[in-house]
Amino acid sequence: MAAPVLPKLVGQRVKRREDPRLIQGLGTYVDDVKIVGLRHAAFKRSDVAHGRIRSIDTAAAEAMDGVEAVFTGAQIAEFLDPMPIGTPFPSPEHRAVATDVVRYVGEPVAVVVAAGRYAARDAADAIVVDYDTRPAVVDPEVAMTGHPTVIHADFDNNLAVPLVPSGTGVSPDGKTVDDTAVDRAFADADVVVSQRMVNQRLAPTAMEPRGVVAHYERGKDTMTIWSSTQNPHILRTFIALLNGMGEDQVRAIAPEVGGGFGAKINIYGEEYVVASLSRRLGLPLKWTEDRSEAFLATIHGRDIIGYIDVAATRDGKVLGLKLRLIADVGAYNMLLTAAIPTLTMLMANATYDIPAIRTTLTEVFTNKTPTDAYRGAGRPEATYFVERGMDMLARRLGMDPAELRRRNFIPADRFPYATQMGAVYDSGDYAKALDRALANAGWRELQRQRDAARAEGRLVGLGLAMYVEVCGLGPSASLPTGGWEHAQVTIERDGRISATTGASPHGQGNETTFAQMLADQFGVPLEHVRILHGDTGVVKQGIGTFGSRSQAVGGTALHLAGTKVREKMAKFAAALLEAHEEDLVFEDGRISVQGAPDAGKTFAEVAAYAYVPVPLPAGLDPGLSEEAFFEPANNTYPFGCHISMVEVDRDTGELALLRLVAVDDAGNLINPLIVEGQIHGGLAQGIGQAMIEEVRYGADGQPLTGSFMDYAIPRAADLPRFELDATVTPTPVNPLGAKGVGEAGTLGSTPCIVSAAVDALSGFGVTHIDMMLRPEKLWRIIHGGQA
Amino acid sequence: MIPSAFDYERATSVDDALARLAARGGAGKLIAGGHSLVPLMKLRLNEPGALIDIARIPELSGIRGQDGGIEIGAATVHHAVATSDLLRARCPVIAETAATIGDPQVRNRGTLGGSVAHADPASDYPATLLALDAEIRIQGPGGTRTVAARDFFQDLFTVDLAGDELITAVRFTPTRTAAYAKLYQRASRFAIVGVAAALDVDGGTIRRARLGLTGALSHAVRLTAVEDALAGRPATADGVAAAAARAGDGLNDVNADIHAGADYRRAMVGVFAQRALKAALARSQESAP
Ligand SMILES: Cc1cc2nc3c(=O)[nH]c(=O)nc-3n(C[C@H](O)[C@H](O)[C@H](O)COP(=O)(O)OP(=O)(O)OC[C@H]3O[C@@H](n4cnc5c(N)ncnc54)[C@H](O)[C@@H]3O)c2cc1C
Repeated sequence: MAAPVLPKLVGQRVKRREDPRLIQGLGTYVDDVKIVGLRHAAFKRSDVAHGRIRSIDTAAAEAMDGVEAVFTGAQIAEFLDPMPIGTPFPSPEHRAVATDVVRYVGEPVAVVVAAGRYAARDAADAIVVDYDTRPAVVDPEVAMTGHPTVIHADFDNNLAVPLVPSGTGVSPDGKTVDDTAVDRAFADADVVVSQRMVNQRLAPTAMEPRGVVAHYERGKDTMTIWSSTQNPHILRTFIALLNGMGEDQVRAIAPEVGGGFGAKINIYGEEYVVASLSRRLGLPLKWTEDRSEAFLATIHGRDIIGYIDVAATRDGKVLGLKLRLIADVGAYNMLLTAAIPTLTMLMANATYDIPAIRTTLTEVFTNKTPTDAYRGAGRPEATYFVERGMDMLARRLGMDPAELRRRNFIPADRFPYATQMGAVYDSGDYAKALDRALANAGWRELQRQRDAARAEGRLVGLGLAMYVEVCGLGPSASLPTGGWEHAQVTIERDGRISATTGASPHGQGNETTFAQMLADQFGVPLEHVRILHGDTGVVKQGIGTFGSRSQAVGGTALHLAGTKVREKMAKFAAALLEAHEEDLVFEDGRISVQGAPDAGKTFAEVAAYAYVPVPLPAGLDPGLSEEAFFEPANNTYPFGCHISMVEVDRDTGELALLRLVAVDDAGNLINPLIVEGQIHGGLAQGIGQAMIEEVRYGADGQPLTGSFMDYAIPRAADLPRFELDATVTPTPVNPLGAKGVGEAGTLGSTPCIVSAAVDALSGFGVTHIDMMLRPEKLWRIIHGGQA
Repeated sequence: MIPSAFDYERATSVDDALARLAARGGAGKLIAGGHSLVPLMKLRLNEPGALIDIARIPELSGIRGQDGGIEIGAATVHHAVATSDLLRARCPVIAETAATIGDPQVRNRGTLGGSVAHADPASDYPATLLALDAEIRIQGPGGTRTVAARDFFQDLFTVDLAGDELITAVRFTPTRTAAYAKLYQRASRFAIVGVAAALDVDGGTIRRARLGLTGALSHAVRLTAVEDALAGRPATADGVAAAAARAGDGLNDVNADIHAGADYRRAMVGVFAQRALKAALARSQESAP
């Protein structure tokens, strides 16, 4: 009897292979790395938001038991250059450890190296820093006036980026701006809605804080660095650069990474310092961030103000849009800081055929933790501003918010679609996603329920939002690191498959999805495929995981490498079976001739032959290992529609999320279960932003949300049962037709919840509410001036 | 967690704990669940030289009915209180209060005695202990003493307890006609405002009302003005609602922080007083013959 044929796995809900080890505590994280002779670093951090360092007294720290060395910022500056910035905007010098002026609470001012972690921390506490404090500024619109303080001498009025225009009538070099079309759109409009909106500051709060172990080996003149990072290859490049080493001398390893959410793209000062001190002292050195440090010294996300104006005709056709952005970047530019808000500009066209758009971007320094990429990175901001603007327009026109969207969609037959913002949307069918979401939610019925609840005096509201996001980040023209991805697929001598990917998963499940693809490609069981990642000593080249690019770019590179090996393996099999390559099928762990399954060889037999090829077929080299780079010609543009129903407690202002219906289109799905997991996580973070998350500072620049006792993130019990569905509009950008889904959940959820809350409270005359939807804020709307 | 160095000892009995505490002079500190103390140690806001662990002293935990009263050992964890059949049957308000504390991890470690000794202004138990007219049982070098909850909570993190004393138990007369209502702070789950209400209802009339308030002020207090307004009133939902609506109005120095301003908190005192009273009233109607 023939063995049962292995089922095709792509498209199946295969359970994550990563999870058994992770949930049993069998994963190895950076802090689990132990090396003989390991020393520990602790950073002394500024407790003032802005000040000049008058003096640092390290004597007491140096005298403590177990302390081996203490370095001030000035001492470190003698051997460590300022940190590299990955964006073309001018940036102030940023030293890993401050030398003279501190600019945010949490900025490192000194570092201790000690025998143990506790000794290091005790010594850091014993360092005495005397500051000449300066006024702090935390509000970007105040900072823009240059008062009460200037944070970086060369940046007048604290302007990191004074003003960058984009959109209709802006020349590609940005130098000339023609406002005619935008002005005409506004002149012709029947209605204009205008609103200032704040997209508040968030803390990424990965479950695993950052950590780094650096081991410089003097004899070999090599450095191994373990870091909780999303992109070990980029880390390798920068660590080599700042240590004056070659990339061949540095090996970067991202072991298990307990979440990143964009915050672990940046290469941080602590990584540079630990690496350079390991090299200088000739010792392995570890630093593990604690949660308090994570709130202060890991980048924050969002924090951008949008002034939006939407011009439209009476019947709801949007004629023009203006979006003036003011991004609060905190105290310094990190690797990608300056670029994140440019993605907000890029996506201002949203899902709509808007003929005239003007966006401008100003970036401002303040005395707060620097911002950088946080899940969605620029696109949730664009979605939020535009979708809230559309909601306000619908409300002004008395039009159903779904109908207003429909009237403005980019039609499905217009793709690829060149936007006013310079993007070329690959594929889309927005009306289909909208219709599916409306049907799944039972939109009319929900409206009836809402109206019935209102008649009873309950404050129930509905919100709807569309989104389109830019994913699958590449090509190289858009990324200073390069916009490709790399993979190598090897058929081992025993017929097992090992494959490397430059994508560096940290929760995305690529060990499963990538194995599904290869198992199908070779007709072997999933268990025979291993995906290797996160180690530049094993993975030859790579960029990393961000911008929802792993599947679209990394997955494609893997597919291409797999195709090459398969072709070569077919040649070996053809020789062995005396058949034509084109007649061979890879199925069920065997390679056989089409229509004659018995006349085949097992996968392992063919593999063994390829490694001991006697006789060696003409024109073939031994071995089965091929690599591929994939550079996409364009980004991908997944999209979707989210609908929510909320109720506000009239007495307390508390907001309850009753329903969340999402339809997401990420193109072809390799594993719908994993896709749903990604959406769940994104929704949780989007809902968190809408309802309960906000980083706050006092006017003096002191952080007020420095722990989970004050910074709320959603608990499972805070969330309703998500009602998910997908439409499938494949992308032509890659052969898999897959677009990317890691960030999508954060895009639609926030505006749809805020719009629902505005709907619930519309009876009180409110048209917009800034996030987070703090109960007190809603209570004040309900109770007016009543104290 | 990276606290400063400390010694650790596990006490086997109350006398042993007191002896160890005395032997350490001012440097010793009791630890029960550690869910208030350890966070402070992590931040190095509290740096005790030695921890004396009382969590596993047998005589300190357990829930016992006694002479018509109920006594809960100080080291009893919140989860045990929340799930106690005895309490659910005879004094549901305290089980209900415990069930609102933090999350399962906190409830499986944190203790009644620790909560009361620590007296966080936003902690839940104090409101309920006030409404129950509970007594705090304390043992020290000089013997044992009992303090009424009303006298025990004195100011911000300040209670009638000396550094060399230990809370052994909390004792109260159970009532079914009491309830706790709370506005959660969404990050910590502590109370922005929490009100416990206990009603003595007789023949459709409120004979006596006791209301404990937490979260709004530096420490938990009784809402005596509302209690007075309720006494002698008909036991109806509208009646209690009217009496409690402005429960926050007379309060001075109401807390304000990033989670809630003073006006809002003050208004919430009224809202949650009403909710607690209505729930207590509903219980009085359930248990009426
Ligand atoms: C994440 C989180 C959320 C929380 N949420 C809430 C909440 O919603 N509501 C709430 O009320 N609380 C909340 N808490 C606090 C929690 O209830 C604590 O457990 C409680 O406040 C302290 O009890 P413990 O046993 O942990 O005390 P410990 O932390 O062990 O001790 C606290 C203090 O009390 C002293 N002490 C302990 N036991 C005794 C005793 N028998 N006699 C004398 N002194 C003693 C200790 O010396 C110490 O000073 C939360 C805590 C955390 C960490």
